[in-house]
Amino acid sequence: MRPNVVIIGGGIAGMEAAKQLLYLGYSPILIEKTARLGGHVADWYRLFPDMTPASEVIENLKKDIQNANVFLETGVQFINRLRDTYNVMLTNGVSINCHAILFATGYDLFDARKKEEYGYGVYNHVVTNRDLELWFGGNKDVRIPERPKSVGFVHCVGSRDMKAGNMQCSKVCCMTAIKQAIEIKEKFPESEVYCFYMDLRLFGKKYEDFYISAQRDHGVHFIRGRVSEVGENIDGTLQVKAEDTLNGKPLKVSLDMLVLMAGMLCGEKTRELADGVRMDVDTDGFFKSRDNIYNVTESSRNGIFFAGACTGTKTVPETVSEARAAVLSIHNYLQQK
Amino acid sequence: MMDFGFVLSKSSTVDLNKVDLSMYRQLEKLSPDVRTCMACGSCSATCTAAPYSGMSVRKVILGLQRGNDVSAMLSNCMLCGKCTMVCPRGINTRNLILNLCRIHETGGRNDR
Ligand code: SF4
Ligand code: SF4
Ligand code: SF4
Repeated sequence: MRPNVVIIGGGIAGMEAAKQLLYLGYSPILIEKTARLGGHVADWYRLFPDMTPASEVIENLKKDIQNANVFLETGVQFINRLRDTYNVMLTNGVSINCHAILFATGYDLFDARKKEEYGYGVYNHVVTNRDLELWFGGNKDVRIPERPKSVGFVHCVGSRDMKAGNMQCSKVCCMTAIKQAIEIKEKFPESEVYCFYMDLRLFGKKYEDFYISAQRDHGVHFIRGRVSEVGENIDGTLQVKAEDTLNGKPLKVSLDMLVLMAGMLCGEKTRELADGVRMDVDTDGFFKSRDNIYNVTESSRNGIFFAGACTGTKTVPETVSEARAAVLSIHNYLQQK
Repeated sequence: MMDFGFVLSKSSTVDLNKVDLSMYRQLEKLSPDVRTCMACGSCSATCTAAPYSGMSVRKVILGLQRGNDVSAMLSNCMLCGKCTMVCPRGINTRNLILNLCRIHETGGRNDR
């Protein structure tokens, strides 16, 4: 019998890893704390750079892992290290003995309410990147006006922000802001759309094309300056203040809606769980890989592996590739046993 | 006027809801590539007139986007075209300045 491999987290990293482990003949056991698979990506509507429907990605993965053992609405109570195996105790009372554990625990989206000056949860028309994706996907959202004339995107919300407790750049939100800005312009061509950024970090495949298209084809306004505060006018519009740093002048604008680009953090719960097996956390707050160049998918503990955003912010394709790499690491590890 | 011994300074805040973009909108029609400026400053760095006159294509574009009158700056340009050579976004900046001068001359009627 092929050895058990426990995968913690049923997002795209965990699902892709389960799929590859099945191909190799292992029996993966996928544990997901929520009631459905797909993680954050399942909340998203379309994915850059080709506007692939996120649901397509998730549905394909679901088909591929039909034969995996999946526990939904199940958490991990604790992990015990035995001689050369691990005992994983689940919240549903099941106890699993396995040779390898894959952490595919992903990230927490920054709680935008913590940046009080932006008024999320306080003003009527402030939403997050995630809220907007859900709305694109067909969810109702009373905070989004029927025909907004002006929309602002605030970059780096809960990222690159020592006070918010996260010094890191979340890497994908510049690109997400530009993608969403274009989607807003496509829905509301008459609207004025503003992106407030500190730096534009557009590193990936075809990202720069999106930037140019946002400027050239959609006339999105890019304003270099971090939004300092947001207030609500009596008519419900939002008064946004920033410094127009290229111009060296303070700037204000009234908007019908504001979208906060909430960043990615290593989950608190994940870290608590990791404490149990004394797993190291890196200086950026994410799990510490054995090596950040060529052993990203291995932890410093034998038999414990990583895939996806639990070791740092990642894009969807990066996460998928990493899940495959992690499975190869697991395979090599189990072969040597 | 009565002298109270103090003056009120005018706020320098730019209100994007009130800026006059008519000049910029006209330029967009003649030089649509103006939209793709990413404020890198290559144009101004290479401009021969910049150190002596403050000429800057970057500032001209930004100024228009913020509704400022940039005509004074335009007169400093020698139309040498160096800025066009270095613009990484391939904006025909020399032509852009010419177009702006045309708009100024004709008051926006593009009938020349
Ligand atoms: S990707 Fe952009 S918006 Fe996101 S944290 Fe980095 S700089 Fe800020
Ligand atoms: S064309 Fe004008 S703005 Fe451009 S480099 Fe020459 S003088 Fe400077
Ligand atoms: S070189 Fe081109 S992109 Fe750079 S500031 Fe000048 S016009 Fe803009």
